[in-house]
Amino acid sequence: MSSRPAPTASTTTADDASDRLGLVMRGVSLRHGNAAETVQALDNVDLTVRPGELAAVVGPSGAGKSSLLAVAGGLARPDQGTVTVAGQDMTVPSRRTRTELRRQHVGFVFQSGNLLPALTAADQVRLPLRLGSRSQRSGRDPLELLADVGMADKSDRRPHQLSGGERQRVGIARALVTEPSVLLVDEPTAALDRARSHEIVRLLAHEARQRSVAVVMVTHDHDVLQYCDTVYEMVDGKLATSS
Amino acid sequence: MFLAIRELNFARLRFALMGAVIALIAVLMVMLSGLSVGLVRDGVSGLQNLPVTSFAFAQDVQRDSAFSRSVVDMTAVDEWADQPGVADATPFGNTLVNTRTDRGTEVDLALFGVQPDSFLSPPVSQGDRLGTEDGIVVSPTALDAGLQMGDVVTIDRLGTRLRVVGVTEQQDTFGHVDVAYVPLAAWQAIKSGTAPGTALPQRAATEITAVAVRAADGKSVDLAAGDTAAGTESLTLKESYGASPGYTAETTTLQLIQGFLYAISALVAGAFFAVWAIQRKPEVAVLRALGASTGWVLRDALTQAFVLLAAAVAIGVGVGLALGALITGSGIPFALSMPSISAAGVGLVVLGLVGAGAAVIRITSVDPATALGGNR
Ligand SMILES: Nc1ncnc2c1ncn2[C@@H]1O[C@H](COP(=O)(O)OP(=O)(O)OP(=O)(O)O)[C@@H](O)[C@H]1O
Ligand SMILES: [Mg+2]
Repeated sequence: MSSRPAPTASTTTADDASDRLGLVMRGVSLRHGNAAETVQALDNVDLTVRPGELAAVVGPSGAGKSSLLAVAGGLARPDQGTVTVAGQDMTVPSRRTRTELRRQHVGFVFQSGNLLPALTAADQVRLPLRLGSRSQRSGRDPLELLADVGMADKSDRRPHQLSGGERQRVGIARALVTEPSVLLVDEPTAALDRARSHEIVRLLAHEARQRSVAVVMVTHDHDVLQYCDTVYEMVDGKLATSS
Repeated sequence: MFLAIRELNFARLRFALMGAVIALIAVLMVMLSGLSVGLVRDGVSGLQNLPVTSFAFAQDVQRDSAFSRSVVDMTAVDEWADQPGVADATPFGNTLVNTRTDRGTEVDLALFGVQPDSFLSPPVSQGDRLGTEDGIVVSPTALDAGLQMGDVVTIDRLGTRLRVVGVTEQQDTFGHVDVAYVPLAAWQAIKSGTAPGTALPQRAATEITAVAVRAADGKSVDLAAGDTAAGTESLTLKESYGASPGYTAETTTLQLIQGFLYAISALVAGAFFAVWAIQRKPEVAVLRALGASTGWVLRDALTQAFVLLAAAVAIGVGVGLALGALITGSGIPFALSMPSISAAGVGLVVLGLVGAGAAVIRITSVDPATALGGNR
C-alpha cells in the first residue's frame, strides 16, 4: 500500500535515504518568553526518527517535550537548527507553507484526543482530508481506518459518547488518514488506565511499523516504553538517549 | 462547509436562539419598511402621481412648509413656459380644508387647484374629469373615508359647495389627507376666503401656490436660470416631498429606527460570534495543528454565520410578510414593497456578517501550538 521503504528500525548503520523520509532535527534550539524572562525550551536538540520507528520521549514536566513536538510539526519555528520531515524543511518562515507541509506530511495525536465535539467519529477521521483543496483529498478510507483501530461499530458516535481510550483511537485514526510521514504524539495515555494505555501504545507501534511512519511519542508512562524502539530523555531542553 | 454545517446541527439550540433574535429583528424590519413605504405613500402619493418635474415656489419660502406658505403671481407661469427645455408650465394651488357632506360625514381634503385643460388635470377611473365650475375629482381613498360619487361637500365656515364628479385612478394623498382636484378659479376663491356669490378680488385671481413645470422628454431645465427670470424658488418634485406636512419628520424618524436596527443586528451577531469564537479557540488550535489554513478556518466560520443569518432573515421576512398582509388595508398606513424589503433583508445579512467577521477574525491569532497537552 505504501510506497515508502520497509521499516529500518533494525538497520544498524545510518541509512541517509530513509532518514530523510522520517524526522530529522539538527541543533534545534527554542526560547520562550520575552527579554525580561526567557525559558530555554529546547537546547541544541538532535533527533532522527526513521520511517517505521517508534521513539519515546520522557522527562519531567516543563522539560520541553511539547515544545519538541511543536517544532517538529512546524507549529513553532526554532531559533536555531534545522528540521526536516520527509525531506521538507519545516522551519520556513511562511506560516502558510508550514501549514501546508504539516497537512501533507505530519499527523498529530493529542492528549485526550482533542476531538471536535460536533463531529462523529467517522467525520473526525474525514476532516483532515477536507482541509486541503479538492485535488489533495487523497488518503486512506476513513471507515476502513476506523475499523483498523477497532472503532468500526462506533463510527457515528460523537466524542461525548466515547470513552477516553476510544477517543484516543479515533484521534490516532484521524492522524493517520492523510498517510503522514511523521506522527507526533503528546501524552496519549495521560487520561487512560493501565490496560487502555497498553492497548493504545501497542496500536501506535503496530501502525508505525505497518505503515512505515516515523512516530515520536511524548509520555510520562514508563510502563509503555517496552513497545518503543528508542527512548529519549529530556531534561531542561536537552535531549539524550535513555539508558 | 464540512465543519460549519455539522456544528450548526450539533449546537442547534444555541444557534436557534441566536437565529430567533435575528429573525425577530427581520420581522421588525419588514414592519418598519411597510410602515415607511405606507407613510410615504400616505404623505406624498398625490405629488408622486403628478406629471411634474419641478415646482417653482415663491422666493425665500420656508422649504419645509412651501406648499402652505408659498404665494406666486400668475405671470411666473408664462415666464417658466418660455424657459428652454420646459415642455409645459401651469398654475398649481394647494390648500387643506375641512368639509362636510349633506349626510353629515366629515371629510378633510387637500385641494389641488389646477386648470381643467392643463396637463395637471387628472385622468379618472370613474365619473368625469375636471370641467364644471364646482366639480371636483377625488382620490379613491376619499371614498373609503365616506365620500360618494355625486356627493356635495360644503367647506366649513366658508360655505362653498363642491360636487364630487370623478375619482382618480390611484391613491392620491397629501400629508395623510385625501386629495381633491378642484378647478383653479374655485380654488382661488376658497384660498382667498371669498364666500359663494361674492366676486373674486382682483388680486386673488392672480395668486397661485406654485408653478408646476414639466420638462420636455429627455431635456433638463436650468432651474436656477428659470428662478432668476421668474423670481421664484424651484424644488424638484422629489425635493418638494419635504415640503409636504410632516413628511421630513416621519421619514427621518423611521430611517433612524431602521439604522438602529441594522446596527443592533451587526452588534448582536458580533457579540454572539465573539463568544462563540472564544469558546472555539481550543478547537481552532486543533484544526490549525491538523493543517487547516487560517483561510480555511475563517471561511468555515463565515459560512456558518452566513447560513445562520440568511436562514434567520428569510424566516423573519416570511413572518413579517405574513403579519404585513394582515395589517395591509386595515387603515394603518402600511404598504409592502418587495424591493425595499429585499434591500433591508440583504442589509441585515451583510451587516450581521460584518459583525460576525469582526468577531471571528480573532481566531486567526490562535496559536496552533496550544493544541498540545503541555501548553494548555
Ligand atoms: N508559549 C509559551 N510561552 C512561554 N513559555 C512557554 C511557552 N510554552 C512553553 N513554555 C515554557 O517552555 C518550557 C517547556 O514547555 P513544554 O510545554 O515544552 O514542557 P513539557 O515538557 O511538554 O511539559 P509537560 O510535561 O508539563 O507537558 C516550560 O518551562 C514552559 O513553561
Ligand atoms: Mg507537554
